[in-house]
Amino acid sequence: MAADLSGIVVAPPTTMERAAGVYKKIRRLPLIPVFLLSLVVIAGVFAPILAPHDPEKGELKERNIPPAWSGGEKSVKVVVERMSINERTTSVTLVDALKINPAAQIGDEIEIFNRPEGSTKFLLGTDHLGRDVLSRVIYGARISLLVSIVTLAVGGTVGVTMGLAAGWYGGIVDEVLMRLVDIKLAIPLILIALVLVITLGQSLWIIVTVLCLFIWPRFARQVRGEVLQLKHMDYVSLAKVSGASTARILFIHIFPGTINTLIVVATLQVGIVILLESTLSFLGAGVPPPTPAWGSMVSDGRDKLAGGVWWISTFPGVAIMVTVMSLNLFGDWLRDTLDPRLRQLE
Amino acid sequence: MQKYLVRRFLLALVTLLSVSLIIFIMSRVSGDPRHIYLDDYSTQEDWDRMGEVLGLDKPYYEQYGMFLKGAVRGDFGESVREARPVTAVVIERAPATLLLGAVAFSFSILIGVPLGILSAVKRGTVMDNFGKFIALIGQSAPPFWLGIMLMFFFAVKLGMVPPYGKQDWNSIILPAVTLGWYYAAANLRLVRSAMLDVLDSEYIKLARAKGVNSRTIILKHAFRNALIPPLTFAGVTIGALVTGSLVVETVFAWPGLGRLAIEALFAFDYPLLQGVVITFTLLYVTAAFIVDVLYAYVDPRIRFA
Repeated sequence: MAADLSGIVVAPPTTMERAAGVYKKIRRLPLIPVFLLSLVVIAGVFAPILAPHDPEKGELKERNIPPAWSGGEKSVKVVVERMSINERTTSVTLVDALKINPAAQIGDEIEIFNRPEGSTKFLLGTDHLGRDVLSRVIYGARISLLVSIVTLAVGGTVGVTMGLAAGWYGGIVDEVLMRLVDIKLAIPLILIALVLVITLGQSLWIIVTVLCLFIWPRFARQVRGEVLQLKHMDYVSLAKVSGASTARILFIHIFPGTINTLIVVATLQVGIVILLESTLSFLGAGVPPPTPAWGSMVSDGRDKLAGGVWWISTFPGVAIMVTVMSLNLFGDWLRDTLDPRLRQLE
Repeated sequence: MQKYLVRRFLLALVTLLSVSLIIFIMSRVSGDPRHIYLDDYSTQEDWDRMGEVLGLDKPYYEQYGMFLKGAVRGDFGESVREARPVTAVVIERAPATLLLGAVAFSFSILIGVPLGILSAVKRGTVMDNFGKFIALIGQSAPPFWLGIMLMFFFAVKLGMVPPYGKQDWNSIILPAVTLGWYYAAANLRLVRSAMLDVLDSEYIKLARAKGVNSRTIILKHAFRNALIPPLTFAGVTIGALVTGSLVVETVFAWPGLGRLAIEALFAFDYPLLQGVVITFTLLYVTAAFIVDVLYAYVDPRIRFA
């Protein structure tokens, strides 16, 4: 016999209790990653306002200036009238010496900056063409954001649709789609991207196309799995009985059930997209120069490292790492919050 | 078991065939290869003769047939840049990539698996946090940048290892670490979460209650069952290591297939490029097949299905 519950009244939660509940949820929010991600988004959106200099123009006179906090590098050289190339490290001509010290004479020893001191004009220094590294890093966020958004929208939609179809129809449709996923894994897509760029020229659209090819299988697999679970649910059968069309069942009844998982997958995929985009631009297949992209900036500074010019490559790399790291941490948190079942998958 | 393996084998063949088709289409879409071989001084006669030699005067499906026929026999034509058979060039470069891949793979296992076990067993301690840190860096730092930074610090600043090229035994350290770190991170996370799941299960509790010592529990009872997810991942890893070699070999001037692909690309050497891509695919498919076999061996559910 069921217990008599008629006398029990459950009080609705008070405003304070509700607030406490909301706070409990927010408290676990990974604040640092969220903050860093907002920084990247703000940098990308408001780049023209935030960047202190033009990211694509620079004075050659101001090239290779180190970051603001780092000192210059001096050495003592002997002033001579004439010198051969291999004496450059020890001597300086009178003409050049007079530019620094008008009283210089032949035979004097004077101190010369091999590398200038950092200045607050260029907080993160300048690159080999005298362009401000900070401004370029800020503008670089634009490209990464743009590429991620477009790729996610297109690749995600394709993947979800494929996944829905594969899960719902099963059989041959499923088999063909899943084989496509296998094939995608086996192709070195970066190479394909490079081939496309070489033959068709550098452009944003090639990158986006290749990245879409790269990410759709992840969405397709995930959605397919979810559909396989959901399609035997009673509410789906009921929808079928009441005469709903397949498209309606898939998009109105089943798709919303997969959204939580999709948000998590999408967040984690953005990190991968950013890594791949920067890899492509590092290899010379990204957006055409002089548009600043993080990957190509790292590549710009690569051969300057041996000369001690470390800042050109370092900062854009840090930007990539911080962005991807924040996305991963945020994605992990989302997964644990929205869909703990996914934990075993990654 | 046999049915499963036969199916896997056939699927591997289908994958190879599809990749070859994609590559063939791409090489034709990108324009007539004769534009690369011949210059403005060539006559129409040269053009036609070359077409005859390369079989370009035939319809596309016949060309693809010829391409396949050659490929099965290991004949991918002649490299434009090096003026010798593609197969010879690929075979010459393959050992360097295989060596790099093997060392990087071992690194990812040797770092990832023990750290994963430790992180799970000592959950919430300094050890766990250290593991998390290693994993986080590995999954977030772009390999090309990581490589450059490692090169700058350990080779240029400290002079501990050669900065690039393949010279002494120690020149492989930096490229292998760069290539393997991401997968070490992935293995670490996989092993950790799989271990946590297993350690929570009833049979582990039973073993503990019986008084089995914890080392035996961890290594014999838990670890073996926690091996399945990383093993699944190993198949993907090997494939991705091959692609990763593109970037790492470029950064460290490592004389392997990855760099060969980039060189071929910028020299418009399509036959060579095709050969390298097919080789990459073959490596991946073989690795994936081996993993499938191992998988069946480890997981009785597949073996007896």
